[in-house]
Amino acid sequence: MTEAIKARQFQEMALPHLNAAYNLARWLTHSDQDAQDVVQEAYLRAFKFFDGFHGEDARAWLLAIVRNTTYTWLRQNREPVPHVSFDEEFDDLNPASSATLCEQSDNNPAAILARCDDKRLLDQALAQLAVEFREVLVLRELENLSYKEISAIAGIPIGTVMSRLARGRRLLLACLEQMHLGAM
Amino acid sequence: MDCKRALTLLPARVDQELGLSEVKALDAHLQTCPACHSAFVGQTALRDAIKQRATYFQAPIDLESRIRAALPKAPEALAGRVKQGPWYWGSWNWMNAGTALASLLALVWSAGLYLATPSPQELLAEEVVSSHVRSLMVNHIADVASSDQHTVKPWFNGKLDFSPIVNDLSTQGFPLIGGRLDYLDHRSVAALVYRHRLHLINVYIWPAAKERQTPIQTESIQGYHLAHWSEEGMRYWLISDLAPQDLMALARILQAQAQRVPG
Repeated sequence: MTEAIKARQFQEMALPHLNAAYNLARWLTHSDQDAQDVVQEAYLRAFKFFDGFHGEDARAWLLAIVRNTTYTWLRQNREPVPHVSFDEEFDDLNPASSATLCEQSDNNPAAILARCDDKRLLDQALAQLAVEFREVLVLRELENLSYKEISAIAGIPIGTVMSRLARGRRLLLACLEQMHLGAM
Repeated sequence: MDCKRALTLLPARVDQELGLSEVKALDAHLQTCPACHSAFVGQTALRDAIKQRATYFQAPIDLESRIRAALPKAPEALAGRVKQGPWYWGSWNWMNAGTALASLLALVWSAGLYLATPSPQELLAEEVVSSHVRSLMVNHIADVASSDQHTVKPWFNGKLDFSPIVNDLSTQGFPLIGGRLDYLDHRSVAALVYRHRLHLINVYIWPAAKERQTPIQTESIQGYHLAHWSEEGMRYWLISDLAPQDLMALARILQAQAQRVPG
């Protein structure tokens, strides 16, 4: 009986955030089916840890578990997740990861955005970003989470949240520009 | 402030995550430096483009039922299984089985009653939904219809025993439509009305000494989305048919305001 009441409380806490959980998993896995599996697994895992939840921010608590479950899943089912440095200086010096995919650009964002006003292009560009930039952008722009919440979910310092958002946006812009040039 | 420092702070300014003093210093620099200002405009445009154009993937409808099914069953479902369980037949003395079943049913019934009794918060949420629907239905959204915060705020003077924070948020995409008095939680409350695109948002504010600070909680009732929290001894309830993430954005703006201007 207590287990059933716990399940009910858990459902009331966790199910309202199902869209947020699915959206994050969907953006990280690129696949509807995988995202569904990951979210279901994450919810069961969250239920196991529910005793350790004491009424703080439910969405952030849940999204942290969804994120961890996704990464575990990606490690098991896909090629290894690229090593993510926690040092922002390193981020800026390291030419690897997505900098190779999309060259940096100093052009005017407004002009590039105006040229690429196709919604699909933006989705494609975001999907191509390295996962460490994609996740902070999704949490920030689609989930409207604060730096502090993102820092808690992704387990990175607030300064790194800020620098990854800034770098992620630059890379996204460069991607958009390149896609536009490629389409011409 | 020099350009190097300005460009470092710019992303946080775009994300509205800077402290007030830094915002002031940075904005002063942006007014005098065209290069940094154009970087600010560019980053803001990019932020808005991602917010507006990137796809928000909604969870498939059956995902929720699959998760529910995978979790331990609710009391009602357990009782059903026991009643129909084949192991009762023959293996138990009928009297015992009957007594066990009766007491189990009584237990489930009382648990059901206990769980079915709505909490004060659920009742309040229902009140907020009714008030919101009423305000839209009778076309009586505002007693004082004005987008000027200096008209709306004084209007509450003498009508309420507290002074709500009233700001026009046009620049953040939520223009102020007006305000009115409403009655919730057994008291008069301030109702502020904001608009986002075609959606109207009711913001209810009243003092709640008991709850100094609670985080933003969200729920959905009858297709409306609600967000509520307490800050500096005031309760805030937001309701709208707006997308949850947009409602959340407004909630955060209002929460940040209350933190900056205590009382």
